[in-house]
Amino acid sequence: MSGFDHDPIVEMKDIAKHFGPVIALNGVSFDVRPGECHCLLGDNGAGKSTFIKTMSGVHKPTRGEILFEGCQMNFDSPRDAMEAGIATVYQDLAMIPLMSVTRNFWMGREPVRKIGPMKFMDFAKANQTTMDEMRKMGINLRSPDQAVGTLSGGERQTVAIARAVYFGAKVLILDEPTSALGVRQTANVLATIDKVRKTGIGIVFITHNVRHALAVGDRFTVLNRGKTLGTAQRGQITPEELQDMMAGGQEMVALEGSLGGTV
Amino acid sequence: MAESGQGAATALAKDERVKEISGLRKALIRPELGAIVGTIAVFVFFVAFAGDSGMFNAQGVLNWSIVSAQFMIIAVGACMLMIAGEFDLSVGSMIGFAGMSIAIISVTLQWPVWIAILLTLALCVAIGALNGFIVVRTGLPSFIVTLAFLFILRGFTIFFPQLIERQTIIGGIDDAAEGDWLAPVFGGKIGGWIFDWLAEMEMIAVFERGTREGEPIVNGIPMLIVWALVLVAVAHVVLTRTQFGNWVFASGGDAQAARYVGVPVNRVKILMFMFTAFCAFVFATCQVMEFGSAGADRGLLKEFEAIIAVVIGGALLTGGYGSVIGAALGALIFGVVQQGLFFAGVESSLFRVFLGVILLFAVILNTYIRRIITGER
Repeated sequence: MSGFDHDPIVEMKDIAKHFGPVIALNGVSFDVRPGECHCLLGDNGAGKSTFIKTMSGVHKPTRGEILFEGCQMNFDSPRDAMEAGIATVYQDLAMIPLMSVTRNFWMGREPVRKIGPMKFMDFAKANQTTMDEMRKMGINLRSPDQAVGTLSGGERQTVAIARAVYFGAKVLILDEPTSALGVRQTANVLATIDKVRKTGIGIVFITHNVRHALAVGDRFTVLNRGKTLGTAQRGQITPEELQDMMAGGQEMVALEGSLGGTV
Repeated sequence: MAESGQGAATALAKDERVKEISGLRKALIRPELGAIVGTIAVFVFFVAFAGDSGMFNAQGVLNWSIVSAQFMIIAVGACMLMIAGEFDLSVGSMIGFAGMSIAIISVTLQWPVWIAILLTLALCVAIGALNGFIVVRTGLPSFIVTLAFLFILRGFTIFFPQLIERQTIIGGIDDAAEGDWLAPVFGGKIGGWIFDWLAEMEMIAVFERGTREGEPIVNGIPMLIVWALVLVAVAHVVLTRTQFGNWVFASGGDAQAARYVGVPVNRVKILMFMFTAFCAFVFATCQVMEFGSAGADRGLLKEFEAIIAVVIGGALLTGGYGSVIGAALGALIFGVVQQGLFFAGVESSLFRVFLGVILLFAVILNTYIRRIITGER
């Protein structure tokens, strides 16, 4: 399933990013292959956000190179990255709650019929496609006119994922898609990730929850203080080891002793 | 987690905790609701209390229709802008400014009225664009930026006629507009034959003496009303049916999320500021052509009346949600109440009390509807 026989779609080599005197990333290498789910783990402040923003064209790296399908890329804006096929689903900026599911789904890329100078939205097509794509992801909408605000957090993430997939994403970056969700919704989002992966899309799954990562991940890269602590394959690492790497080692072990369980 | 694959499959079946939404509730969750109820209530009220005062004969209807149409024109602009997430407090000053600009160019400079109208149009739209440009560039709240223009424009509107004509009212525009080809588009009337016919059928009253004896009392629909209806129709279609309309909602709903998917948020916002300025220009031009004069105090407080009409129409002050039809109904409520109080013989200052009270109710109702839509608790 994990597609190791494929070349990476995106390869980030030795990426560094400085914000003035602050070194947010200090030589991070990372790649994602078609059909795999590569989890990027790290505690708050580890540099996960900076890293994915570099990948999706929001930030320009201070050092290092980005290869997309083997070619060196230089993204000037998120739009550039999106057009190349790197779609990012941000945790809270994915959807506009007051707008309908259809309007959100097509936002920025509305299907239009031109009548004179007016570009009318083709609502028949837009609604039909939205319903179909959502059904493929396992969500039955009551109506495509339903405001996104009426959906649960997990369903909103799913709309954003379905949208990215429909518009031909090759790499899908998910920024903490499960961090604000309950158990059941998390399970649904993880199931969606699994479905998307099987279509050959490479997924970058950012999380700080080891259990969520292990549920769907093929490979795991841990960031700590702006550096990679290494990449492990599925089956080569235990949850405890991952947890310790994220926390930076010793203190966590001591803490767990007193708490009596895995955090 | 092993279940997760099937979890999605079973989600296809109905979720037992999602209650079916009744048709009534669905009808309730729309921005125009408050305005529709309000419109019905207002009409019922005045038919009951002022029905025999002449409010609902041809002349009376025309009377409150004109006042409503004035509110409508500026409410349409304010509505589109508010949905795009911004305010324009300079609308009232812009009305005074535009009127004065037409007066100075056509009366003082003696240029043809159509040139005065077109130059004023260009000027107003340019100022609207400047408003928008400053807002999107600085990221300041539009409240502050347009508040500055409220004073700047009003100041100029008083300063220039005083400097040039030593007075704050410039008249004689009606004489200057005689025979002009563009002036009737704002100051003219259409459909006179309908009223001639209605008078013949004895459906409406005719003058019984004087120079116009035998002519119908109402002899046409003022272009002001035509402008209002056309602006409402066009804005409604653009907002609800077009790609651009989707961008307007997106820009006001969440500008950053919209930018991430490639919506040209800044362009949308600037265009909406220009459209608001255009609406103020239409209002001013119709008014100037009707009165034949421009005054430095015209349009006072209109920005707030426009905003109130829009809020009654169900738009959220925070942007991203609203309806042009709702705003138009809000304007209709205004016009009917303002003139209806006059017909009913009620002290007209009470109109302001009514405005304040209805504004409060509208905002509370909107907040409630918003909660239903977004599922906030």
